[in-house]
Amino acid sequence: MSVSEQELKDFRAQVSAWMQDNQPADPGFLLPQTFMEVGDERQLEFLREWQHKVWSAGYLGMAWPKQYGGGGVERVFQAIADQEMRRHAVPICFNVIGLGWAGPLIIDIGTEQEKARYLKGILSAEDIWCQGFSEPDHGSDLGNAQTRAVRDGDEYVINGQKIWTTMGNFAKYMILLARTNPDTARKYDGLSYFLSPMHVPGIETRPIRKITGEYGFTETFFTDARIPADCLMGEEGQGWKIAMQTLQYERGAEAGAAGGLMMVRVTIDDLIDQVRDVVRDGEPVLQDPVIRDQLVKLIMEEKALALGDKRAHIAPLTTDYPHSLPLSHKLRGTEMSRRMRQFAINLQGAAGGLYVGDAGARQGGFWQRAYFNSFSATIGGGTSQVQANIVAEHILGLPK
Amino acid sequence: MSVIGNTALGFSEEQAMLLDVAREFCKNKSPIASVRAQLETESGFDPAIWNEMVALGWAGIALPESCGGSGMGVATVVPVVEAMGRAMLGTPLVSTTLAAQLLVRAGGEGRMEAVLSGIAAGTTATVALLENADWGDTRIACTAGADGVLQGTKKFVTDAAAARLFVVVVEHQGAPALAIVKAEQLAAGAIVANTLIDQTKRSASVDFSGVAVAEDELVTGSGVASALRDVRLLGALLTAAEATGSAASCLDTIVDYLKTRKQFGKLIGSYQALKHPTVDILTAMDSARSFIYHAATLVGDGPLDRDAEIACRMAKAHATETLLYAGDRAVQFHGGMGFTYECDAQLYIRRAQWSQQQYGDAQHHRKRLANLLLD
Repeated sequence: MSVSEQELKDFRAQVSAWMQDNQPADPGFLLPQTFMEVGDERQLEFLREWQHKVWSAGYLGMAWPKQYGGGGVERVFQAIADQEMRRHAVPICFNVIGLGWAGPLIIDIGTEQEKARYLKGILSAEDIWCQGFSEPDHGSDLGNAQTRAVRDGDEYVINGQKIWTTMGNFAKYMILLARTNPDTARKYDGLSYFLSPMHVPGIETRPIRKITGEYGFTETFFTDARIPADCLMGEEGQGWKIAMQTLQYERGAEAGAAGGLMMVRVTIDDLIDQVRDVVRDGEPVLQDPVIRDQLVKLIMEEKALALGDKRAHIAPLTTDYPHSLPLSHKLRGTEMSRRMRQFAINLQGAAGGLYVGDAGARQGGFWQRAYFNSFSATIGGGTSQVQANIVAEHILGLPK
Repeated sequence: MSVIGNTALGFSEEQAMLLDVAREFCKNKSPIASVRAQLETESGFDPAIWNEMVALGWAGIALPESCGGSGMGVATVVPVVEAMGRAMLGTPLVSTTLAAQLLVRAGGEGRMEAVLSGIAAGTTATVALLENADWGDTRIACTAGADGVLQGTKKFVTDAAAARLFVVVVEHQGAPALAIVKAEQLAAGAIVANTLIDQTKRSASVDFSGVAVAEDELVTGSGVASALRDVRLLGALLTAAEATGSAASCLDTIVDYLKTRKQFGKLIGSYQALKHPTVDILTAMDSARSFIYHAATLVGDGPLDRDAEIACRMAKAHATETLLYAGDRAVQFHGGMGFTYECDAQLYIRRAQWSQQQYGDAQHHRKRLANLLLD
């Protein structure tokens, strides 16, 4: 099935017009840049309404099967819709764990019943999803997760604790990694994967206050929580394999996401724009030779990443270390982003010391908040230090 | 419009084939023992290897077919030079390529057909450009008088001892011009070799005073100024390509040592204090490769446009800093061995200092990038 250029062009114009007409007005409070920043009910309701609207208009889940609430069209349409959402700088589609990870997973390996039960609610934002992988004592060492799931008749009884549960307090479902067998030779083989309800007795969440002063994550406690046995995905013991597949979606290595603008990307262009009117030593800061040199370095870093993404697809130019570009991408991208955001604060003069809530804070404290939040990416999904170990061991072959 | 701008990156089958052949060639011809054997020779390279490179067509790959070349542009020289850098192979290829590019781009293709055909057939050549240590100085004090007699001394002329042909940048009747001088026209003692930090490289001061060039050996006209600007950028690109190759083999040297050397009962590669900086070298080298092939994608046979200029400057600014870091850490990570002349880390740390200054260091290029990107 081929799509004509004209059809795509018309579609782009149509999405663009819709985004223009439906771009929500400034709600008067800071909107989350990523799904990890949904801290209160009014942010939640605002984003829930927005995602529902985007889906109702037909611009979300466009390539998901029609019978489960998707659009049933070629992926290219969703890609165009996503580009237009980014271009119009509309709010994010925030149900990311459903849209980006759990959804594609269910489509790829789920049963008919699972597809019918879960997919539509993910798209409509009626059902918020969260992820229960990390534990307080097992962050980067995920394979060692100790939360227990014990079969009891037609239920599993869950005991343990998860942490860094994004939107745990708002979620209806969790993708949960728990240990069904503590006695396997390999720690990975004792893990199982559940599509678990959150609203059952014995599951409690406690919001975690972040360095930004806001909320967004919870600790999640399981105390003899009973969930139906059919929440088990696949077979017992397949948890690690399914979790790894989930991470493939999370890292963008495997397609299937419903689409939608999942996070506001902060780029070097945003940084340059925000400092155009900043003055240093009586001159525009962009004329300061030291600052200019720093900015050029950051521009080069961002450009190198974009070029690396292209080079990764040119086989003769990746013969030395074939997987080094994709495997180091998270490390490089998140570290660069963190440094860039810190530099942005650095450029603001005395105003760099102001924070969200101060009337004089530049862009409402956007950069201060964005800098703090950037650590969620340098720590989450494997810290930069663990990522560096992975690259050293898997790409360079250095010893553990 | 994003400041990131053009991110084109293409790699043709010809480039892929050349990269493959050149890597294999350089690996076979230039094991480290052969590199070391050239450290104290006058020319710094083995003429037999150069002749083989000429026979493979590499001296003329970028030259038009009308001049005996392959007409494939500088883009195809980049993979060859990267391969040379990887094997630390000394050859006059970069000097010769830049001299030929300067002539072609200045509009000398038609008039200089014989000279350029000679280069494609293996005549070694070099550009006599600098008159002092400042890569940012574009003034020209060397002159070609109305009578065609040259006055002045050029500095840091690469591969001068081996060059059969010099393309000398001069001032002639108030405008920049290129004088073509044969080695045999030079007075005895005109070439004074430098003692270089990188012993795989050669350069010299060359006094051209008193050399007379015929009218058809002087390229003048409006094309000269733009050709000079372009060749400085192409010089930056080829230096970056060579440095990228050297950084890759420097990384290999480090990784080999980290996988075999034991201290405190453990392979030193298991220590994160060594592991993580080594990953930094890998990712920096990855970026360098992306930059040089991005620049190769954008430099055509015509005058370099803004995007190509940005690409060449970024390639140079990044690649030689990468090699500086890699060479520096290579010495440190080899411990006491790293402090010796015998350890190969010295080859890379020395190459790094040379590459960094050649065609302008990282600060030189970032300063110009700032003007291009931020104003």
